[in-house]
Amino acid sequence: MSATEHPERLVSITGVGQSGVGRPMPLSPLKLTVDACVAAIADAGLTPADIDGLATYPGAHNTGDGYSPIGAVETVAALGLQPKWMAASIEGHSHMGSVAMAVHAIASGACRHVLIFRTVAQASARARVHHAGVLGGGDTEARVWGWQQWSVPFGALSTATLFALYAQGYRDKYGLTDEQLGAIAVNGRTMAGLNPNAVYRKPITIEDYLAGRMISTPLRIFDCDAFVDGSTAIVLSRRDIAADLRQPPLDFEALALGMNPIGMGAYVGDFSHMGINDVGEAIWSKTDLKPKDMDFAQLYDGFSIHVLMWLEALQLCGPGEAASFVEGGKRIGLDGELPLNTSGGQLSAGRFHGFGHIYEACLQLWGRAGERQIKDAEVGIVSNGGFGVGAFVLRRRD
Amino acid sequence: MAEEANTLRQLPGLDQDNTPFWTGGARGELMILRCTHCARYIHPPLPHCGRCQTLNPVPVAVSGRGRVKSFTINHQAWVPGMATPFVIAAIELDEQDELYVLSNVTGCAVEDVYSGMPVTVRFEQHGDIFVPLFAPDAGE
Repeated sequence: MSATEHPERLVSITGVGQSGVGRPMPLSPLKLTVDACVAAIADAGLTPADIDGLATYPGAHNTGDGYSPIGAVETVAALGLQPKWMAASIEGHSHMGSVAMAVHAIASGACRHVLIFRTVAQASARARVHHAGVLGGGDTEARVWGWQQWSVPFGALSTATLFALYAQGYRDKYGLTDEQLGAIAVNGRTMAGLNPNAVYRKPITIEDYLAGRMISTPLRIFDCDAFVDGSTAIVLSRRDIAADLRQPPLDFEALALGMNPIGMGAYVGDFSHMGINDVGEAIWSKTDLKPKDMDFAQLYDGFSIHVLMWLEALQLCGPGEAASFVEGGKRIGLDGELPLNTSGGQLSAGRFHGFGHIYEACLQLWGRAGERQIKDAEVGIVSNGGFGVGAFVLRRRD
Repeated sequence: MAEEANTLRQLPGLDQDNTPFWTGGARGELMILRCTHCARYIHPPLPHCGRCQTLNPVPVAVSGRGRVKSFTINHQAWVPGMATPFVIAAIELDEQDELYVLSNVTGCAVEDVYSGMPVTVRFEQHGDIFVPLFAPDAGE
């Protein structure tokens, strides 16, 4: 294998797994992790002995807030893995960073099959301490260090308040209405009704959305994702051996990370975008496929506004056009021109920091999405972040 | 002038890079780092200008005037006892395009804040730390 400008072209997704998901779950975070990983390895037709690399986001943070209770080392022990390579990083870059690192590990020849997982236990943590996980840690007597000093002293204790600035900036520039923003939440809840593993499955109307309590203007409760307990796992394999596994390989057509500085207290631009256009430009420079070729989009929705910004950054909509594109929900529904967040996304299926979006993309491409299956789905796009961003286009090989 | 302290405000730890910003209010000055070579302002403060590769940007007092670039009215009490609603805003300082300082807009009703609103700095004292806040600019 030689050096390549497109390492993702040497890698495929061959298996996925997800644990039970709940608010909270009656299982330990490590048990949830094992459930997801065992399922993903079996899904690929592999055994734990075949796994020679492990990557996770962000690695163990044993602070009790449930953000990342399980790291790579204890997962290796619990599964009896003997990896030759491991990576866990909250930076380098974003939730998609662990996928990119795994791609590079395989493309370089270091690994054949890399297991990636993401475990959260934020519902359990908040059942113990209601404000667990707020920025700054919630101890108002403690000093705040690092990038959070540029937000926490002003009462910006949640990323909701920070992304509300982007929602307002987008509104100021393009005239976003409440009903347009609410279409994202309504769509997510409709999709979640068809997903047995989603946490919020009862449909809502736009009137329900508008009646939701305000969190941080213009973001209401339904604009914010749902913290959960659960784990998701993905197996990446070297492309030339992926065809011998249990199911058709899902080939990375293009993968790109963004390198914008949001997340250290710095802001760029006019708050009508997240400074992530470089992701879309890189994606479409790497493939002959076009945005119109996508059978679906699984776009990060930590907050509803992320989806509008991703639609534009990935050139699925023109600048300022995403709001009218999603309005009313028809074009983003299962029968629409671009089915969006078909699991319910993080708003309704649960906050897996993008890994739920990857999982859903794979289910759709393998035809295993049940009642929410998109007919003849062969290629789709996935984005992650938030703070630190990335995206990929995935295509099923038959 | 220093305002009455909001005791729930979680304060920053001070280091060599951030001390001018968090303590300049003792003199009534909003201190922002500026590159000695290309004259670009840098916030949050960094000990090196990444654009022109010059070491040792220096803190300078800026006018303290700017405009609300974007804002949000926060209604959620994220920790017990947090008083709501209040406004969090990205203030674009007059000195430079896209030179943003995140802060609160105080001194007016939350519903009176708007994007483009001219504001000026004031400080809230907590011991050695003077938190820069912004209020409607009475001069406009």
